Amino acid sequence: MKYQSQKVAYAYFLCALGLFAIQVLGGLLAGWIYVAPNFLSELMPFNVVRMLHTNALVVWLLLGFFGGAYFLLPEESEREIYSVNLAYLQLAILVVGTLGAVVTYVFNLFPGNWMFGMQGREFIEQPTWVKLGILVAALIFLFNVTMTVLAGRKTAISNVLLVGLWLLCLLWVFAFINPNNLSLDKMYWWFVIHLWVEATWELVMAAILAFLLLKLTGVDREVVEKWLYVIVATALFSGILGTGHHFYWIGTPGYWQWIGSIFSTFEVIPFFLMMSFAFVMVWKGRRNHPNKAALLWSLGSSTVAFFGAGVWGFLHTLHGVNFYSHGTQITAAHGHLAFFGAYVALNLAMFAYAIPMLRQKAPYNQVLNMASFWLMTGGMAFMTFVLTFAGTIQTHMQRVLGEDFMSVQEGLSLFYIMRFGSGLAVAIGALLFIYSMLVVRKREVIAPGNLAAAED
Amino acid sequence: MAEILTKSRARNIFYGGSIFFVVIFVLLTVQSHRFIVKTSTAGMELSEAVVLGKHVWERNSCINCHTIHGEGAYFAPEVGNVMTRWDVQDEPEEAYEMLDGWMKSQPSGVEGRRQMPFFDLTEEETRGLAEFLRWADQTDTQGWPPNDAG
Repeated sequence: MKYQSQKVAYAYFLCALGLFAIQVLGGLLAGWIYVAPNFLSELMPFNVVRMLHTNALVVWLLLGFFGGAYFLLPEESEREIYSVNLAYLQLAILVVGTLGAVVTYVFNLFPGNWMFGMQGREFIEQPTWVKLGILVAALIFLFNVTMTVLAGRKTAISNVLLVGLWLLCLLWVFAFINPNNLSLDKMYWWFVIHLWVEATWELVMAAILAFLLLKLTGVDREVVEKWLYVIVATALFSGILGTGHHFYWIGTPGYWQWIGSIFSTFEVIPFFLMMSFAFVMVWKGRRNHPNKAALLWSLGSSTVAFFGAGVWGFLHTLHGVNFYSHGTQITAAHGHLAFFGAYVALNLAMFAYAIPMLRQKAPYNQVLNMASFWLMTGGMAFMTFVLTFAGTIQTHMQRVLGEDFMSVQEGLSLFYIMRFGSGLAVAIGALLFIYSMLVVRKREVIAPGNLAAAED
Repeated sequence: MAEILTKSRARNIFYGGSIFFVVIFVLLTVQSHRFIVKTSTAGMELSEAVVLGKHVWERNSCINCHTIHGEGAYFAPEVGNVMTRWDVQDEPEEAYEMLDGWMKSQPSGVEGRRQMPFFDLTEEETRGLAEFLRWADQTDTQGWPPNDAG
């Protein structure tokens, strides 16, 4: 840690880790309701549990991105953050908003109220006051990081990161637009959902990945940054029109079936490039950085993102396939692996790299940390396979043979039991990761080999 | 990577290409907006009851169990075609009675079966919800879903 103001990232990462724990425990509960449907059915129905699961995920990923930006921008810009106080104020607003959203979902105190009531559009269920809080926090953030970057050194990494963060904050405006026409509602809803995870977040991911690889491998910046521009170019060229793969069956025109199929096929490319980028940099790199866990998470993130977002996305993106698989467990399989690989693992890579520095400790607990990687990744992979099988059967029984939804679901119970088991592995892995970050050992379990000391 | 692709060229391709695709996307969105309003959803009036029903659908977070036009959670059945499945798509009164009967019998309490919560709706709200589901059902969704099972 070279700059004092990088310390704010630590507060962001701690809040993110707390929500991460809530997210996986919520997921575990939702998985259990699939196995034992009467569990808590009157107290905490499935829809409430699912809102906690998805909302906690999105908020902690965003906190991770914000914290990551506050950590890496001083190093890239070679100056302190414009205002540390604004950064803490932003975090406070986000934390209050998150708590407000949780209380709203669980207790539903103002049903139907425009300002205080839960809004009930998937993933953006937050009441309006929380949405406004997020908007204010986003504006504070943009002001703060932009002032930091403008005053300091401009690099491709900070440039791409800022473009991604600006665009994702601007797209948040569409969260306030809710047309009465359901099909219009859906079309503009995707401006937030798709253009976040399949466009702007990819820019943030690529920039953070580039920063980590630059630090961990010591490869020449010129090489890293050229890769970065090529990756983000392919991400936006495919991802913007790739939105079309959500416009097949919601009342939008039929030409989206071709545009969506063609461009979302290209969406595999940026993820393939990110995976190649990570491995090529490690092979080329001469630096033997002591933080092996951060390297494992970086490589793992780009690899699992390629399979989850790339391969599993392509699996059901062609409109001829999607006509049958749309809205089945196939989608759930893809969603879980894609989010884990691309955004969860990448954030954890950043945490694994930055938290030891922020605490000014050597990166101990590498063994536990790496064990948590394999537990989570193994669990997630198994969950993806199980849900893919369940989804294939569901597609055939329900969409081809036309059997009733509930009777098909009852036939899938074995898969849901296995999914709960894999979710348990993920949850244990997540708690292990948090433990390995927060509880510092006095010495390593396994003595490290001959390491060339890295300068940062 | 090839020498011809310098960092600044890669950057210019990124900015130029992205703006190009944004422009195309915006144009197609404008066309799609018109298509939705004038063609694909125009078969039934977007009445006050339909709008009320949409808000009932939203404020009770129905989408976090059900799907509508295939989007939502995969815990409970598709409702974008539920009125067709119940064979009441063209009968507003029967659609309301069917839905009202269903809503009032929840939760079923059957052991080992997924439970739908009880929602305390007024008659106006339930009527709105039925109209909203009929309105969604008449949307031209390019032939999706493949069959009545949704």
